[in-house]
Amino acid sequence: MTAQVFTVTSGKGGVGKTTAVANLATALAMDGKRVVCIDGDIGLRNLDVVMGLENRIVYDIVDVIEGRCKLKQAMIRDKHYPEMYLIPAAQTRDKNAVSPSDMVRICNDLKPDADFIIIDSPAGIERGFRNAIAAADRVLVVTNPEVSAVRDADRVVGILEAEEKSNPALIINRLNPALVKNNDMLSAEDVLDLLGIRLIGIVPEDENVIIGSNRGTPIVTDAKSRAGMAFRNIARRLQGDDVPFMDLAPQSGLWNAIQRLAGRK
Amino acid sequence: MNMIMDSSTAIVQIKGIRDGLLATFADAPWEEQRGALMEQITARSAFFQGARLAMDVGTQILKVNDLVELRDWLSERNITLWAVVSESPTTESTAQLLGLATRISKPRPEESRHVLETIPDDTALFVAKTVRSGTRIEYPGHVVVYGDVNPGAEIIADGNVIVWGRVRGVIHAGAKGSREAFICALDLSANQIRIAGETSASLKPQKDPRPEVASINKDGKLQAELWHPGETTPRK
Repeated sequence: MTAQVFTVTSGKGGVGKTTAVANLATALAMDGKRVVCIDGDIGLRNLDVVMGLENRIVYDIVDVIEGRCKLKQAMIRDKHYPEMYLIPAAQTRDKNAVSPSDMVRICNDLKPDADFIIIDSPAGIERGFRNAIAAADRVLVVTNPEVSAVRDADRVVGILEAEEKSNPALIINRLNPALVKNNDMLSAEDVLDLLGIRLIGIVPEDENVIIGSNRGTPIVTDAKSRAGMAFRNIARRLQGDDVPFMDLAPQSGLWNAIQRLAGRK
Repeated sequence: MNMIMDSSTAIVQIKGIRDGLLATFADAPWEEQRGALMEQITARSAFFQGARLAMDVGTQILKVNDLVELRDWLSERNITLWAVVSESPTTESTAQLLGLATRISKPRPEESRHVLETIPDDTALFVAKTVRSGTRIEYPGHVVVYGDVNPGAEIIADGNVIVWGRVRGVIHAGAKGSREAFICALDLSANQIRIAGETSASLKPQKDPRPEVASINKDGKLQAELWHPGETTPRK
């Protein structure tokens, strides 16, 4: 059994790549999978913060590449899930410290002992992005229902097609059904219509996601959160399960009722 | 320069141009050309540090993998491949897909200019996929796209542009000044279309898109009209 490598990327920054990586990895670990996350954002690392592992970092990926430590030494075991590891980025170096072939080599070394390897890509389409996709078996493109994010996602999909990293899957993050209903936000259909790639999940907007990121406890651990549910569903789809999409439409007053109950209206 | 490895210098010539370095190749299989280039760079790695490299690959047909492999190899040596100039449309479109320039400021040698100008009127480039943001397609004839032209994509043709799909990017037909050029698409809600020197403002996305034809009308204005079966656009 060899691990599948997923790279999470977006083009635009701030759409939720790191949040998606932390949540998908945690959800996979909750399903009993062996998961290794790699922070590909050399120089601007933050996956460690979102996963709550910041103060455990001793070695990072550049130390591995430059031979200052063994791969195992740079793998930080998660606090709650002993089968989940993080390989952090170096904060004091830049993207040129890593090459695409380094990433491929590290992933190949990890593959025999993991089920999933999830790589967090930096924003942009330059060196760091190319490093992050070099080893990917599949690419997950994260976007928000905003014109600028979708255009950058389109650019990324074009580059993936050109590099023959075929069949990327789309995660639409931070969709607000109420705004969509009032025509104040692009709908999932609008986004899909433009990008024309396969959808693997829609994550509704939820302020608890940010709270979870700040605390280092990904939202998937919150059984009541709809965003957490959306990420858990995506994790199951990554494992090959056929999970129906959640109904996000603010119809029949139910969504409004929930929002009222939650005190948001 | 001449003292290093005669075999590789015979295949690849590297010289300075305004925008960095330009590598030109003698006729040889790609493996040999690539090998010669790598040999030259390895032999003088200090000289190439941080260089911006353009390549003129002549008629060589290069696939995405060929260019990606070389670009990554170069980038690991801190050399930026920024342009690939070629007479082969396949290689040109490969380079465009990777976001590389396909023209450099230096004029192309006489004989290849001649090739471009003798392309017959009815030569078209067929693009059988959606043209995504960041892709720029330039062609000295007509362009036919089977797919969408997404926002942030550009198509610049000396002739006509026909899109079997939705147009939401920028299209310039008759880019060399031909006012007879036209643009047609199944859904023409582009942010901008241009024919010769005329520019249209942004066209509103339609609820119920119908095929449209844009051309320059009698008053010299760029105008988009619904396509009616049986009518052909006046071409000449």
